[in-house]
Amino acid sequence: MWSVVKGRWHWGAIALMLAILFSVPFDWFLGEYTTLAIFIGINTIVTVGLCLLMGYTGQVSLGQAAFYGLGAYISAILSKTYDVNPWLAMFTAAVTTGAFAYVIGYPIFRLRGNYLAMATLGLGMILYILFRQMAQYTGGPDGMAGIPYLSVGGFAFDTPFRRYFLVWGFCLSILLISQNIVNSRTGRALRAIHGSEAAAESVGINVAQFKVKIFVLSAVYASLAGSLWVHHLRFVSPQPFDFLASVVIVVMAVIGGLASIWGAIFGAATIRILSDEVLLRFGEWDVIIYGLILMLVMIFIPEGLFVRLKKIYEWLRFKYAQKRAEP
Amino acid sequence: MSSDQFVQYLVSGITQGSIYALVGLGFTIIYAVTNIINFAQGEFVMLGGMISFAFFHSVGMPLVPAILLSILIAAAIGAVLYLLAIRTAKRASTVSLIIITIGAAIFIRGIAGQVWGKDFVRPPFFTGDGTFSFLGAYIHYQALWIIGITAAVTILLHLAFSYTMLGKALKACAISPVAAGLVGINARTMALISFMLAAALGAIAGVAMAPLATASYSVGVMLGLKGFVAAAIGGFKSQIAAVVGGITIGVVESLAVGLDWGPFTSAYKDAIALVVLLVILLIRSSKLAKEERPG
Repeated sequence: MWSVVKGRWHWGAIALMLAILFSVPFDWFLGEYTTLAIFIGINTIVTVGLCLLMGYTGQVSLGQAAFYGLGAYISAILSKTYDVNPWLAMFTAAVTTGAFAYVIGYPIFRLRGNYLAMATLGLGMILYILFRQMAQYTGGPDGMAGIPYLSVGGFAFDTPFRRYFLVWGFCLSILLISQNIVNSRTGRALRAIHGSEAAAESVGINVAQFKVKIFVLSAVYASLAGSLWVHHLRFVSPQPFDFLASVVIVVMAVIGGLASIWGAIFGAATIRILSDEVLLRFGEWDVIIYGLILMLVMIFIPEGLFVRLKKIYEWLRFKYAQKRAEP
Repeated sequence: MSSDQFVQYLVSGITQGSIYALVGLGFTIIYAVTNIINFAQGEFVMLGGMISFAFFHSVGMPLVPAILLSILIAAAIGAVLYLLAIRTAKRASTVSLIIITIGAAIFIRGIAGQVWGKDFVRPPFFTGDGTFSFLGAYIHYQALWIIGITAAVTILLHLAFSYTMLGKALKACAISPVAAGLVGINARTMALISFMLAAALGAIAGVAMAPLATASYSVGVMLGLKGFVAAAIGGFKSQIAAVVGGITIGVVESLAVGLDWGPFTSAYKDAIALVVLLVILLIRSSKLAKEERPG
């Protein structure tokens, strides 16, 4: 049924989406929401990494916010305290975070299911405690401010309008790369691992290696998102990288449909709009409603809102095609 | 550290560890019966402390009924959590169930913050405010209550699981839900009972702890996490190991803070339990990989 949507319609939909994305930061469209859109882009990058890990490879991570925070803090410390060029800081952060994920990946991925969830959770919380307590480097719970903007030559990304294009440039590139990975030999290997590790192993797939590779990739994505975040806000504190943040990333991935690269945008946008625009109106009740939504979504639509909507859309198209086929 | 100080830190570690042990027991019981890790477990400790204070202070009840009623209410909330959130989520994956219980924890904490505000409260001591001297250390009467209650609960649970019909039925579900079903044990009822029992254990920890350490709407987060580590040390299977694990964490934390050297300062106190968790998981990883049910 999916092939019906592909072809003409498919490219039309992509062109429309790109046109909308391009127009968002202009005042005549959604200019006042530029900052929100920047955050959606940053969250999408982290979420895609988790989608690859959870949706395609079937491995849980409840510590993704730690890699996000690692990217943010390494970028912030290098570029502010040591005056390193922000681009180089961003690159160093990504490489360091990736190397860290590689080193811990092999032991951690010997675990599965609940135990893997626990281990990643513990790892995330340890890093969060380090962000809070190593005050001489990180500024402690108060955080650190005055981090420089990214710039190319004399052109600084010093307005939300400019940073919107920077962040979404990164985001779309990462989505395309991920789409290619999923459709490649590697992607098929990952899905095989998700289906059955024993079967994957028996056809010659190095299961442990693939798990760690994709874990490293998701960590690098998270690190890039963290760097973009600090060079956007010019401020970093531990709170956005706590345990709840890791849970929120999982929820974004789930709402977007775990095994769906483009659903990540949808998941990130839904949660971001909900928490930044809608829940604020409820004052102190916001966390209560948030908890309620977490439960309701996971109870009633565990396969994700995006996947559910896509199914409804396909069903409608199928019915429409049936009607036309009737004489 | 002098020997007096050592005993002092040891006793406070055992006291704190007893609380972790009770929370860990709750995790273990639910996990054994349902294969679910209930991330809302710490919130029941908070509920025990807050509800008992509310009944004593705001309603004006005597202490003993206030305590018993708060434990009963916590168990009822545990039942509601299972019936509304867990049982309705059919065919849910591990991740879904984890997020559901995290959502429940956030929800319960949020409601508690609205109902009781953000202040710390201190219910009265069970038997007055005072200490006695033991091997050069000062021990509060309430600390003795906490340790005694934990010991009593552990022994009672062990006896109940070994010699009563209900306890044996719970145990059977933990070993094999299918086989338990074949001999006529209703797995859903057992799951409900395990949630109520775990909630009650959490609340017992809460009422015992609150007079000494105070309680507020947000104390559940860290206590839940420590209890979780305690249960992980026991491999989420053995109750005795969870108790030993809880007390070990309490003692290690307390002594590490007492040492006050390098990474062993109070600043990193909460990280110690997490490092222990990671080390244990990794050491046991090959064994755990075998027993974990796929999916």
